[in-house]
Amino acid sequence: MAGVTYGTIYAIVAIGFNIIYNATGIINFAQGEFVMLGGMTAVTLSRFVPLPVAILGAVVLTTIVGAVIEIVFIRWLHRPSVLRMVIITIGISILIREIALHVWGESVRSLPYFTGTSVTSIRLGGVYISPQVLWAVGVGAVAVALLSAFFNLTMLGRQMRACSANRDAARLCGINAGNMVTLSFMISAAIGAIGGCVVCPITYVHYDSGTPLAIKGFTVAILGGLGNSTAAVGAGMILGILESFSIWVLPAAYKEAISIAILLLILFVRPSGIFGSAEAARLKEF
Amino acid sequence: MARRYSMVAAFAGLVVAIQVATYLAGAPYHLTQLTMTAYYSLLIVGLCMLIGYAGQISLGHAGFFAIGGYVSAFLTTHDLAAHKGLRLVALLQKAGMLLERSDLYGGSHLVVHPWLACAAAVLLAVVIAYVVGGPVLKLRGHYLAMATLGFGIIIYRVALGTELLGAADGISEVPGFPLPFGLIISGNASVRVSNYYLAWGLVILGMVLLLNLIQSRVGRALSAVHGAEDAAGAIGIPTARYKLNTFVLSAAFASVAGVFLTHYNGGIGPSEASVMKSVRYVAIVAIGGMANLWGALLMSLVLNYLSLRGYFGTFDDAVFGVILILIMLFAPDGLLRRHILADLKRLASGGASDEEAA
Amino acid sequence: MTILSVRRVSKRFGGLQAVSDLSFDVARGSIKALIGPNGAGKTTLFNLISGFLPPDSGEIYFGGAPVHDLPSHQIASRGMVRTFQHIRLFPKMTVLENIMVGRHVHSRAGFLAGMLNLPFTWREERRIREKGQEIMELLGIAEHAHTEAASLAYGQQRVVEIGRALACEPRLLLLDEPAAGLNMRETIGMGGLIGKIRDMGITVLLVEHDMSLVMGISDEIVVLSFGQKIAEDRPLAIQKNREVIRVYLGDDA
Repeated sequence: MAGVTYGTIYAIVAIGFNIIYNATGIINFAQGEFVMLGGMTAVTLSRFVPLPVAILGAVVLTTIVGAVIEIVFIRWLHRPSVLRMVIITIGISILIREIALHVWGESVRSLPYFTGTSVTSIRLGGVYISPQVLWAVGVGAVAVALLSAFFNLTMLGRQMRACSANRDAARLCGINAGNMVTLSFMISAAIGAIGGCVVCPITYVHYDSGTPLAIKGFTVAILGGLGNSTAAVGAGMILGILESFSIWVLPAAYKEAISIAILLLILFVRPSGIFGSAEAARLKEF
Repeated sequence: MARRYSMVAAFAGLVVAIQVATYLAGAPYHLTQLTMTAYYSLLIVGLCMLIGYAGQISLGHAGFFAIGGYVSAFLTTHDLAAHKGLRLVALLQKAGMLLERSDLYGGSHLVVHPWLACAAAVLLAVVIAYVVGGPVLKLRGHYLAMATLGFGIIIYRVALGTELLGAADGISEVPGFPLPFGLIISGNASVRVSNYYLAWGLVILGMVLLLNLIQSRVGRALSAVHGAEDAAGAIGIPTARYKLNTFVLSAAFASVAGVFLTHYNGGIGPSEASVMKSVRYVAIVAIGGMANLWGALLMSLVLNYLSLRGYFGTFDDAVFGVILILIMLFAPDGLLRRHILADLKRLASGGASDEEAA
Repeated sequence: MTILSVRRVSKRFGGLQAVSDLSFDVARGSIKALIGPNGAGKTTLFNLISGFLPPDSGEIYFGGAPVHDLPSHQIASRGMVRTFQHIRLFPKMTVLENIMVGRHVHSRAGFLAGMLNLPFTWREERRIREKGQEIMELLGIAEHAHTEAASLAYGQQRVVEIGRALACEPRLLLLDEPAAGLNMRETIGMGGLIGKIRDMGITVLLVEHDMSLVMGISDEIVVLSFGQKIAEDRPLAIQKNREVIRVYLGDDA
């Protein structure tokens, strides 16, 4: 079942990529750092306040970090090149990681299980599942549903979609495109932090756990077709499960190398993803 | 052409001046970090050729450095005595390509000669660069960045996870690299000065090769591919092949640097393959001005030296992260742009005429 | 004698049939023009011929050999060179350097020779430079040799782009709207230049909107509409063709 938990977190990171990509055309290489930041902050806060409050606080703080990043580094750049944005967001990810290293040190941390302990299990249709896995999957599912409702049903969500479809036209309709981008960073950071909190009891968190997550999240985003969040969930599960099976074939130390090799293969063979259309992908600026 | 080589001569002068300065200051131990800086610089000028001139980013060049270093380290330390029965081993021994080495405990090892190990290491890096580069360089923008980053992480994970390569500890007790005329590449204090000159001599050789290349037909074609790829194709330049060749060339530079630094340090660990190393190399190329070999070289000299001497303390990686952000935010064409130098000159001459007026 | 033969070529983008079952020949040493309303498929056809897009079906022969499955750089090295509707000069390079790049297929110094600065490359460089000089003089832009190409006036940038193509010594030159963005005087000059190029023995195939230019210099004209050929004839006959008039002026005419 570890595959499903990891799959959930990969899907959440992928959705974070998609939200910012849809709003700006940027791939935010610091996406994995939001997950790490959310988990770390929640661990620290949980020492002083009850768990639910700690998680809420971690999500709020990470959301603020997302907003600050956009306002300080991204907002005032006029039509930056892709290369420039790649390098800036990589720089940001290094910065966040180094700050985390100085704040939290190199130790591996974890949150307590939300319900029960690490040995509790629930019997579900013949298999035993840790309740935390259900938490992770459940929260992931709720997050996807809420996001989908937000983008399709609310005025604000529709405005954000309008901006991603055509920024200049949206601006002419009186939408503040700059604020929409800030909002996309905030949503993306928030969902990353939530994901970081729910999987933290199982996967643990470490100052350096962001980069591998970013790469695997990107793999999933590509696998599902960049910008397509529903497909990302399926793709996340595929990668998570493939990865957990790879341990049967190769030493666990190579697990990460395997999933990145999968990324490379997808990029080489089918950059539009399994679910995406090749025709639409060609129109996108790679 | 005269200008090309006068810069090289000036740089050689700088190298000599630095050595003399450390001698006069009675601080020859600085040469150790400066020698290591030289090998990193060799990788960086090669990467500068790829990023600045061919216009292709690579966030995985530490991987090629590590391939060079690890292969050479493994072959020159791994005991082949148990495999004497193998025909290949017997053949190599007959050809004088194997050495008897005694270890710290007096045991005897049969290992590969450093020259053969070096050749194998660079060859492997070049082959991998060809195989990986073909499909990778078809990608653009985010996809290229992510793919090269992924390549680097795979190398890092393999180094970290393979017992045969020493896992987290890496490989140590790598012997020195013997050269003609009794010279040896080694971190031994008795050969510190000669190693300093050997390393920087190698960098200068690399610079001459690359400067020649930039001024040649190939350099012009690369600049065309970088400027307007479809137009370059329309006048008969095989754009994909030129990008690939440059990628392989820069990988060869990185692997040579990896081989020699490993023999100099007497070992290599997985951190040499880490993402942070790759990002650091890109940061230095960026601050040097992207398409500016001299800028990259000077920035590499200064920043690597400061970093290796520990001036950035525990903020080592953070410093390079901040540099990367600042450069990309405020001076995406790099700090050492030609026209900034021109601006300074104008400012200086303007200042002079003001003084005359006063 | 035919230098270029387009046979039953089709190209579809999603629901749009951009080029449909199109055939025509270009005679060696002639000037042939492709005209048609916006969206008729002229630029797509150019991209198909020059190898920038693969055709869905059909064949293209250049000098008798099939070229429809070759990449653009190989087509160029066989002597078919194109220019672009939106000028694509190499930025940060001077006019002379831009034209020198055009000598690529006629020189051979590779990575190794370049790095080692071998003596044969010096001679080769000198020949490339001389040829570049010669072309600039032919086109009357020698005075700008060391100017950054992108800083020239638009009309002159077009001339540089053509100069770069001429440096390849093409047998067939494809010009994509050579008069676009030029004023009247420059357009007349462009007409003269194209005639001069033909007189050098280079076949020219061009896409153009400016009718005065097309009618003045072309030996033959192909008219496209919605990806199909509706007429192919001499300029005078095209001007009288009822179908062409209908396409250009609408059904009421």
